[in-house]
Amino acid sequence: MACDKGNLAAGVVLAAFGVYVILVAVRLPYVSEVGPGPGFFPLWLGIGLVLFAGTLMFASVTSSTNETKSESQSWRMTMRSLSGWVAVMVAIALLGTIGFVLSFIFLTVFLIVALERRPVLLAVGVGIALAVVFQLIFVIALDVSLPKAVWGF
Amino acid sequence: MDALGNLLLGFSVALTPINLFWCFTGVVLGTVVGVLPGLGPAATIAMLLPLTLKMDHTTAIIALAGIFYGARYGGSTTSILLNIPGESSSVVTCLDGYQMARNGRAGPALGISAIASFVAGTVGVLGLMLIAPPLARFALRFAPPEYFALMVLGLAMVVFLAGESMVKAMLAMFVGLWLATIGTDLFTGESRFTFGQAKLLGGVDFIAATVGVFAIAEVLVNLESKGGAELFKLAKGWKNLLPTLQDIKDCRFAFLNGSVIGFFIGALPGAGATVASFLSYGLEKAVSKHPEKFGTGVIEGVAAPEGANNADASGALVPLLTLGIPGGNTTAILLGGLILWGYKPGPLLIQEHPELFWGLVASMYIGNVMLLILNLPLVPLFAQILRLPYYVLYPLILGISIVGVYSVNNSLFDVWVMGLFGLLGFLMRKLDFPAAALILGMVLGDGLERALRQSLMMSQGDLTILFARPISGTLLFVAAAILVLPAVRKVRSWRVAAIEREG
Repeated sequence: MACDKGNLAAGVVLAAFGVYVILVAVRLPYVSEVGPGPGFFPLWLGIGLVLFAGTLMFASVTSSTNETKSESQSWRMTMRSLSGWVAVMVAIALLGTIGFVLSFIFLTVFLIVALERRPVLLAVGVGIALAVVFQLIFVIALDVSLPKAVWGF
Repeated sequence: MDALGNLLLGFSVALTPINLFWCFTGVVLGTVVGVLPGLGPAATIAMLLPLTLKMDHTTAIIALAGIFYGARYGGSTTSILLNIPGESSSVVTCLDGYQMARNGRAGPALGISAIASFVAGTVGVLGLMLIAPPLARFALRFAPPEYFALMVLGLAMVVFLAGESMVKAMLAMFVGLWLATIGTDLFTGESRFTFGQAKLLGGVDFIAATVGVFAIAEVLVNLESKGGAELFKLAKGWKNLLPTLQDIKDCRFAFLNGSVIGFFIGALPGAGATVASFLSYGLEKAVSKHPEKFGTGVIEGVAAPEGANNADASGALVPLLTLGIPGGNTTAILLGGLILWGYKPGPLLIQEHPELFWGLVASMYIGNVMLLILNLPLVPLFAQILRLPYYVLYPLILGISIVGVYSVNNSLFDVWVMGLFGLLGFLMRKLDFPAAALILGMVLGDGLERALRQSLMMSQGDLTILFARPISGTLLFVAAAILVLPAVRKVRSWRVAAIEREG
């Protein structure tokens, strides 16, 4: 009987996180002059996290899982999502320097070309069209300010 | 007779062409800002407040209130179609609304949301008209112990958000509660869990976290397979894009549940539409004949929270107009407006300015009809967004998310937070942790801690204050029953299985 590795890992991480919350909470005053202090609530949260994470770890080692996908297939799928996430974070990092329009087009092109294997021209077209729609709706119609580069968009 | 006479006075005020025009403008603007994440009614009303100085005051409050309840209508659209909650109170709508869209029933989900909002809006206005003063007096009996109990009752709804594992739901909720502690402690001014980031002193932005956990995570999950899973189906034929009579019949209780819970929670200052929507969803699931189907695209799971968050808008006007107490950001700005125009919101407002109060009540009736007429024909149009190919839809979702989150505070830091929560939401989905439980904890954490600490200050550390008072004791008893019920059911099913094995 194989244990549920995902749940076990989640349990370990959350238990460690709970310990961190407790450690920070005990450094904050538990009681203040006016009543319960800033450490009061987080301390009990940390204890709750450790208890429930322990229960999850226990449950994961005493139960079996039905793996339907091979590990390599599952890993490949997760990598596609994670590379999409990295692209989102890179686009966010670029917002402050090259502005919303260009970073959004970059993100769109990456998703369509690198992950969906579609033609570059289609990707650029979709990116530009959506960027124009966003400018029209948010910037012009609703007067929402978006991150801009030195060239104004 | 009094109420009828007053209502007639209200209609004579609300039906003037200028008031009809501003009521319409308000609800349309409200719907638009409700659809877009981040740009909420509070910001919109604050921006427009200076423009109302030169308007007739009744016209001004009619327009601003239109924005307030119109936004509640619009909040469901992106929740259902794109899994992006337009408002915090629309988070619960994502659970079944988005699943309905995935099952090819986006149209009926949008339609039932408009109908539920209409019914709840109307019930809310009736409540505002008939029981505003006594309800406001009852709401004043809510002291910190009662608020603590109400928050615990809200958290008990985690039972109904848990999928296969109650432990995972509790863990997600605890992480949400911890997220709510980030920032400056309001009692002592001490900073907690800020990791040295000054931008975290004000806490984690709720919209950024919610959009990350729902919308960004949704895109990431769908990126797993090339061609984007079987995400976007849409029924053919315009007839199939609206709810059927059976759908409406199925939602009878949900309409009532959402309307009543939304109105009463709305009348409690500080409780908020998000609590109301979670509570009504929990109640709907608790009394449902098929609770196991909730979360897979059940139409009652859309009608109840949508009704609740709309009735809440009427409820929130009760303490504002009868006591001068704002229940949230938007009503606080409306209060500012009333004071700016020279009114003294309080027990005498209705007697001293009947045309203002009754004109507003009547305009809300009219506004709700306008919203229904405006929104139902738009349902098939909105639903067409799902016909977009996935390679257009994903960037569209990401773009709306970035713009929506950035526009709240013009903060790139919030957009970073959204990205990080996107990864967290993705991991939660992979490991079957319910994201809504995290959001529930995050929404209620601040209020829960504040109410608990205030209660303990009141009693000088004596915990019995939480149980000894009638309202808080009752609410805590109900919360305990909700939390214990699944365990009792499980034990009972084990016993039945054991008896069958022995037999």
